[in-house]
Amino acid sequence: MCGIVGLYLKTSSLKDRLGAMFTPMLIEMTDRGPDSAGVAVYHAPASEGQVKITAFHPDPGFDWAALAEAVSSDLGVTIEHHANDTHHVLISGGEAEALEDAIEDYDPLLQVMSAGTTIEIYKETGLPEEVAEKFGLKDMKGSHAVGHTRMATESAVTTAGSHPFSTGLDLCLVHNGSLSNHNRLREHLATHRGIEFKTENDTEVAAAYVSDKMNAGRSLHEALEDSIKDLDGFYTFVVGTRDGFAVLRDPIACKPAVLAETDDYVAFASEYRALVDLPGIETAKVWEPEPAVVYSWGGRA
Amino acid sequence: MSDMNWSLRESHSFDRNTIAEIRRAAQTGLYRIRGFGAKRQIPTLDDLVFLGASMSRYPLEGYREKCDTSVTLGARYASKPIQLKIPITIAGMSFGSLSANAKEALGRGASEVGTSTTTGDGGMTPEERGHSTQLVYQYLPSRYGMNPDDVRKADAIEIVVGQGAKPGGGGMLLGQKITERVAEMRTLPEGIDQRSACRHPDWTGPDDLAIKILELREITKWEKPIYIKCGAARPYYDTALAVKAGADVVVMDGMQGGTAATQDVFIEHVGLPTLAAIPLAVQALKDLDMHRKVQLIVGGGIRSGADVAKALALGADAVSIGTAALIALGDNDPAFEEDYKKLGTRAGFWEDYQDGSDPAGITTQNPELAKRLDPVKAGRRLANYLRVLTLETQTLARANGKSHVHNMEPEDLAALSVEAAAMAGVPLAGTSWIPGQS
Amino acid sequence: MPGGQNSGGQNIEVLDLSLMPLRDANARLQGDAKSAGAFFKVINPRGAHALACGLDSEIEVEVEGHTGYYCAGMNKLARVVIKGNAGQGVAENMMSGEVRVTGDVSQSAGATAHGGLLVVEGNAAARCGISLKGGDIVVKGNVGHMSMFMAQAGTLVVLGDAGDALGDSLYEAQIYVRGSADNLGADCVEKELREEHREKLRDLLGKAGCSDVDVSEFKRFGSARALYNFKPDNVDAY
Repeated sequence: MCGIVGLYLKTSSLKDRLGAMFTPMLIEMTDRGPDSAGVAVYHAPASEGQVKITAFHPDPGFDWAALAEAVSSDLGVTIEHHANDTHHVLISGGEAEALEDAIEDYDPLLQVMSAGTTIEIYKETGLPEEVAEKFGLKDMKGSHAVGHTRMATESAVTTAGSHPFSTGLDLCLVHNGSLSNHNRLREHLATHRGIEFKTENDTEVAAAYVSDKMNAGRSLHEALEDSIKDLDGFYTFVVGTRDGFAVLRDPIACKPAVLAETDDYVAFASEYRALVDLPGIETAKVWEPEPAVVYSWGGRA
Repeated sequence: MSDMNWSLRESHSFDRNTIAEIRRAAQTGLYRIRGFGAKRQIPTLDDLVFLGASMSRYPLEGYREKCDTSVTLGARYASKPIQLKIPITIAGMSFGSLSANAKEALGRGASEVGTSTTTGDGGMTPEERGHSTQLVYQYLPSRYGMNPDDVRKADAIEIVVGQGAKPGGGGMLLGQKITERVAEMRTLPEGIDQRSACRHPDWTGPDDLAIKILELREITKWEKPIYIKCGAARPYYDTALAVKAGADVVVMDGMQGGTAATQDVFIEHVGLPTLAAIPLAVQALKDLDMHRKVQLIVGGGIRSGADVAKALALGADAVSIGTAALIALGDNDPAFEEDYKKLGTRAGFWEDYQDGSDPAGITTQNPELAKRLDPVKAGRRLANYLRVLTLETQTLARANGKSHVHNMEPEDLAALSVEAAAMAGVPLAGTSWIPGQS
Repeated sequence: MPGGQNSGGQNIEVLDLSLMPLRDANARLQGDAKSAGAFFKVINPRGAHALACGLDSEIEVEVEGHTGYYCAGMNKLARVVIKGNAGQGVAENMMSGEVRVTGDVSQSAGATAHGGLLVVEGNAAARCGISLKGGDIVVKGNVGHMSMFMAQAGTLVVLGDAGDALGDSLYEAQIYVRGSADNLGADCVEKELREEHREKLRDLLGKAGCSDVDVSEFKRFGSARALYNFKPDNVDAY
């Protein structure tokens, strides 16, 4: 049970202001989710042949340089890394999967939040305002961002249990609602589709479902259309990919959703009040997405 | 038994009730709808005992040394919290399922001993408002008879998410009880079999409930406590989410909780026993540091002062009674045995709630039958019963050396069965073993 | 107190939600300014929830901008105009008075209303008029799925199209749709549009400000009353 927000810029002119536009949206959703908050920001794509990984370690004194050195010598790659509080962004050559394994093997407390070329995920327990402040969200630049404020339902209030969930390269998913058939689906995806789950969270299963479909060749839009048939329960999803952004509500559509679109951006929020400070919102097209209809922008159609 | 042929063996799986139900289903093609709560055997608070005091603890003298029973409900956000003299409240039961006289009697009895009554799925009647010094107004998915004037007249608002008899199901009231007055209050055609929705019409989930609570507080100037009532479905999460949504009080109703009418399969097969639900709800409050700040009222199968005391020892702030209160009024009284037989039941089997022909005049809308219940006398019986529950609770609290009933603790209890030990989280009697805890 | 006069010469009191807390604004609207005809303008609502709820006197309130959940909830007597979109449950459980929204409304508009008139000039989302108990709702655009679910009394008029499962488990409420209503809910059926119904439609359309619409273009829907009592024949609908 949560608040969700998303902002997808249609023109590059606003990309320096992504974080400034997005931060108040996230904070406005505090009432819906006071337990934890998280964001996925898409910016500064790694250069050809490089992968970008966001990793988290709970210890502020963790020696990231030693990690980078150990992993580079193990895999024979060069790793650049920079800190953002408890999170670090590591940019390296090589295969994403090998890097993720090497990082998580190095220390059991290390968690990979996201992997890809463009995505960075930052999430923590605590009030959305504190989380945004901690990671300097308002100064972030980029093409699109997806955020979440969490009121935990059945799984633990932890950093790992916070949204967004990422189960595939550059993919993230946030969710407001509660799924009712995720346990069987998790078992299927883990046993037969080789997906490694990190939490007991229903949303991670939805994210894994979408990335599994996309790995099998479905577009983001198609993967979400498939999910209408396979995911049971109540949900509003916002999904980000390297260059795409999508929204879907379940057929019963009890959970709220508002979309706003101008020539410059598409914005999503659980409640309209999260959109009130966006430039040009007074004249934007503002509407409630229809149930069981996939709305998508960018990406492969 | 003299004619018993001991070579005939009755099946445990296909016992007489089961066989009768298969025959009934085959004949009618409809599921069985009945009132009351779960009837099958389940672990209860009976499976716990208090340890008492002897050498290591010192008991209090009965009567002379004070054992306080007062409870304040709703001080978290409400500027006018509810103050009860005893830790026992009357659960929500509608006018419609009960006669107007029965509602009046509940109000009279509860007010006499300083506790509250609760409306039900059908709105507030002048009888119950007039005779209840503290009245909790239920806010239900159906919103029958719901209006802002009654919300403001109430002393607290209870948002009903579910009830123990049917967590996840809506209410039912069969046509015999939808008389002209009930139909008018609920805006329904007379004589229909009423089905209520299972979800609220304008919010779903705790994040949206938080906004609904804001609206109710704005309409009542932030004066009145807001309770959230849940059936014992997933009590740990449900309690935590009720707190996060902004509740002042959480009401947790176990599977023994009664109903006017619903599917038998729902009553017997959905929800947790009260014994199992209390520790989970308390744990959720403790984990959020909200135990005693957000109050917990526990209902479902509370019958005696022993049940009250054990529920409080496990961490509840108060209990609520429904079925027991109706029995105290005179429900299923053997004096009406012949009339119950005419309905095809017997006094003491509670197979009459849904039919609306209660010979005791309580669960009926038939004016002739309703006249049989004298609200003054019935109210006095309820007050007597509530006094007994309170005295019994105090007796057990004093025996454990407590000057306030809220000072009873799980450590004052032992369990008589492995099941009860595991559910209540107290040691099996004579051991230090709590199954499931290391 | 900021304000001025409206064209009718009434005094206008302005409540600016960017300067005052919701509680203060609502207290003012619910409170002592109950003289009939008092006129309030709420500016900068910024999607606020529970705005102008629980009003109980003949005042007029104009909200300049989009509102959140439960705007004008449980309204009695007052006339509330929202110049913008309204969130979930606008005018829920209205008892009397009038609520008018110039834009679109989210789900559960007019839910459980016992009386009064709700006019939506744009579209209404899912569950419009759910469990309606006597109010009138006029939607100039379309309504979403499950509208008038379990509605007991009152009227919904839709000038556009109706979404899926219209009028499911309907009791004695009336539904009029000018556009398409292809997927009716359980126990909802089309009924004859008689003169008394045309009269009702003319009245409601007039109040809603669209008297130019031809009432003969509407279809009427109501309850088949087959689900009123539990019967084995209805098992498919349960």
